[in-house]
Amino acid sequence: MATEMIMPEGAPEEVVTNALVREIDLAPFSANGKLALITLDNGQDHNRPNTFGPKSLMALDAAITDAAGRDVVAVAITGKPFIFAAGADLSALAFLTEREQSLAIGKLGHDVFRRLGTLGKPTFAFINGLALGGGLEVGLHSNYRTLASTALTGLPEVFLGLIPGWGGATLLPKLIGPERAVQVIMLNALANNTMLKAKDALKLGVVDAVYEPADFLEKSVQFAASVLNGSNKIERADYSNDPAWESALATGRAAALKKYGGAEIDAPNRALTLIASAKSNSLSEGFDAEDQALADLTMSDPLRASLYAFNLIQKKRKKVEGAPKPALGRKVARVGVVGAGLMASQLALLLLRNLKTPIVMTDIDQERADKGVAWVRGELAKLVEKKRMSEEAARRLSLLITGSADQQVFANCDFVIEAIFEELALKQDLFKKLEKIVSPECVIATNTSSLSVEAMSEGMSNPERVIGFHFFNPVAIMPLLEVARTSKTDDATTATAVNIGKELKKTMVITKDAPGFVVNRLLTRFMGEITDAMDEGTPADVADNALRSVGFPMSPFELVGLVGPGVALHVAETLNKNLGPRYRISPTMQRLVKEGVRTFYVKDDSGKFVPNPAAVALMEKGDKPSSAEEVRMRALKALAEEARMMLDEGVVSTPAEIDICMLLGAGWPMVLGGILPYLDREGISEAVSGQRFHPAGVASL
Amino acid sequence: MSRSVVIVDAVRTPFGKAGSLYAGTRADDLIVRAIRGLLERNPKVDPKTIDDVAIAAATQSGDQGMNIGRSAALLSGLPNSVPGYSIDRWCAGALTAVTTVAGSIAMGAYDVAIAGGVEHMGNHPMGEGVDPNPRYLAEKIVTTDALAMGNTAENLHDRFPTITKERADRYALNSQLKTAAAYEAGIIQKDLIPTAARNPELGWSVATVDEPPRPGTTMEALAALKTPFRPGGRVTPGNAAGLNDGATAALVMAEEKALELGLTIKARMVTFAFAGVEPEIMGYGPVPSTIKALAKAGLSIEDIGLFEVNEAFAVQVLSFLEYFGIADDDPRVNPVGGAIAVGHPLASSGVRLILNLARGFEAHPEVRYGITTMCIGLGMGGTIIWENPNFKGGK
Repeated sequence: MATEMIMPEGAPEEVVTNALVREIDLAPFSANGKLALITLDNGQDHNRPNTFGPKSLMALDAAITDAAGRDVVAVAITGKPFIFAAGADLSALAFLTEREQSLAIGKLGHDVFRRLGTLGKPTFAFINGLALGGGLEVGLHSNYRTLASTALTGLPEVFLGLIPGWGGATLLPKLIGPERAVQVIMLNALANNTMLKAKDALKLGVVDAVYEPADFLEKSVQFAASVLNGSNKIERADYSNDPAWESALATGRAAALKKYGGAEIDAPNRALTLIASAKSNSLSEGFDAEDQALADLTMSDPLRASLYAFNLIQKKRKKVEGAPKPALGRKVARVGVVGAGLMASQLALLLLRNLKTPIVMTDIDQERADKGVAWVRGELAKLVEKKRMSEEAARRLSLLITGSADQQVFANCDFVIEAIFEELALKQDLFKKLEKIVSPECVIATNTSSLSVEAMSEGMSNPERVIGFHFFNPVAIMPLLEVARTSKTDDATTATAVNIGKELKKTMVITKDAPGFVVNRLLTRFMGEITDAMDEGTPADVADNALRSVGFPMSPFELVGLVGPGVALHVAETLNKNLGPRYRISPTMQRLVKEGVRTFYVKDDSGKFVPNPAAVALMEKGDKPSSAEEVRMRALKALAEEARMMLDEGVVSTPAEIDICMLLGAGWPMVLGGILPYLDREGISEAVSGQRFHPAGVASL
Repeated sequence: MSRSVVIVDAVRTPFGKAGSLYAGTRADDLIVRAIRGLLERNPKVDPKTIDDVAIAAATQSGDQGMNIGRSAALLSGLPNSVPGYSIDRWCAGALTAVTTVAGSIAMGAYDVAIAGGVEHMGNHPMGEGVDPNPRYLAEKIVTTDALAMGNTAENLHDRFPTITKERADRYALNSQLKTAAAYEAGIIQKDLIPTAARNPELGWSVATVDEPPRPGTTMEALAALKTPFRPGGRVTPGNAAGLNDGATAALVMAEEKALELGLTIKARMVTFAFAGVEPEIMGYGPVPSTIKALAKAGLSIEDIGLFEVNEAFAVQVLSFLEYFGIADDDPRVNPVGGAIAVGHPLASSGVRLILNLARGFEAHPEVRYGITTMCIGLGMGGTIIWENPNFKGGK
């Protein structure tokens, strides 16, 4: 029997999901008796999904008791319109202070949900809409499941730094076997929380039937009746002797290691252990193990950092800190892109797809401009081929993009962005020329990654319309956009830029016009410590692997391989010039660029990545090698030092802005909270500057 | 070029009391459910071949607006190629949807059509948004009475003094009893499509039976009801249809198409007629429309073996029966009861009459002809004469 629990102090008031019971006569569906139907409904619209906190669980418990006590032949459970249930109420998790509380909430969920599997009457989940985490687990405890064809389902716990701990980690492997369970619990969750479409859920065996939403409930009751009257026999396989257990678990483990750059992270490891146990354990053993894992994880810093990061991402997606009122922004009906190289073309495509306005691209000659336009049109054609865009939409957009060698085409533009070579003098010259062509209100933006935006606007008659608009590669995918204001940028310009960023569906951070803004400044400082250590004589593999245990998605040299040594070196040189000698120029990097060696790693004959002999040959060989731990500490300390400096300089207004930049611009993982919660919990922040970035409890226990 | 028009099938949602069963359910969801249920029962009909979807609603706004016919087709998941349109003839909406597509089929333009109606009187109370032209009253085109249906029913009592309140109540009681018996025999349930109904306070349920019937009604209870339309009147909530929510849909086809597809024919249309009367006694409308239809068909009232008369008000049915010399409790009339028991979601009721008649035809192969008829606000009646495809000869 479930017992009520009291939530900790400070936790927000639970939005209670009510559980309402009604009876449905099965006679019209050719089965005898009645079905008790439990509806989960928190009384709010679909923007506030049903969730399970302690009171909601008690409400469900009472409803199950009510339903089971009636003169019915079966019990079913469904949701409110568009939503089944989105899982545990996460808002309270961050307030748990005792492991006992965490254990109790895990147990309470199990005690309530598992009644659906042990009721003595057949139970059905009619999953009419979104079912995530604990929502899907309600379904997994039930004997049978139907799913609406438009509903998304999934177990995102591992993505959040948790495990499917209300039965999912035990029930799912037993229901659908190790390979498919690993797919759902591990691979999908680690792939940035990929949710299951209904047809995939059916194919994987997560649900027994899929029906269209128009008469989902009626069809689901019909399904229940067909099971009850014996005309539909659902067979369940026994996977305890499935030959795929080991390989499936290995696949899951590989995915976790890849996601976190080789680091051992608790949540995926605990999830794998639970899945492995499901091969032969009893449900009770499995559920008890889930309770323990859930309590351990909930009472861990990585989970708290993860919840902080998750909430931060949700919040920042909607609200841009320090942005002027959107109404101050000007209408943008025509856009210019200066340059038609790859970066410029990518920007043009992104702007075109989202703004759907005429876009003109220019380059030094018509041929280059045409090439850029052709690339954009080619990408549109590819989207049509992949059925991700209709032919009509592609046709419409293709007509909107044009190229020219004459910058006069920018005359009527409301927004012009440049993506030409990263050299200040060139850009200054360009902006002065542009100003003579465009109106005084036209926003002039630069995608520079490290140059001073203010310097670019020097000597202009309207410098207030210049702004930094820094994307991350690949621009279509990376969600971050750094918006850099100079001391002169006015609110109308910023508002226009932010409005465009919103249309581009980017999460924006407004930064001061400081070299490297946030992401490149931190990454370059961090990289500099690694290349420095190497140049001093630390073996390259020691330097490169020194931070494997942290959980970054790739090692420093893998990152250099991705952005290219040329770009990395160029940024380092710019920051060295503008921020001082703590940004060092690595002689190794200089040689790599000079000799055109692009990567530190190459694939060998067996497809494995091995050090690139061409790069190894060019390495500076100093005589002061560091240990891995020394490299790790200096790199992390450099991050803490630089982050503190950025806050002191007012590059961004809060530590959270730095975290969101690293989460979305560098892809650093949620378990680190971006980066600052990790530096806090490792004691590095205090060691460097005598203070934490976040007060204890914000992104930590 | 006239072709024979038949009903292949007809269904409806269970009817609800306004503000109750379907209070949390949209009108368009009700008609969609009826259409999907209809097509599910008739898998031999390829949705692509449906030439039109004619759906009636007496109030065509909100969830009954946006061209409810086309909207219902799209929401039902019919192919984009299937068109749809809206029909309004107040209470005779669905009846008119059937006659309209029948006309199109008869002249060869259509082979297959869906005709139906929906009324969510909870979402759209009677008189919602009406704006009567001041000329109606200024020029005495109608009296004030004519615009409130209850008053027109009281007017009928005045016109036909032999129809007393007691007779009306007895008729109403009979309707309830016949409906209860039909439910007992499982007749009515055959054409009900189970329909999901949500109540935010109570949760989801699936309606499988009509909500309005009151099988336990007695003459005493009926006698005690108030007469809301005039003090000392005769029309009560007990001897009139209620305010209801529901939807109906029928599959109407050229007979040759139905035969080609190997479908069962439930009723064959003989002819139809609409006719007007003084708006003040709108309930009398079925009399002239039936006279007109019989004349077109070359039939007399004696040829009609089954009657489905909409029971907007008991007095209005009784005035019809009295005109044609039919007894109040004649077993040929509304054998499974009528709107007084199951409800009258205005524009949907026409198809309910047809599906009841089809069940009657099935049970009575000795009957050759039947009619469906109903009165219509602002003084009209509509009548369709049907031939029983099961007719095996006899009387």
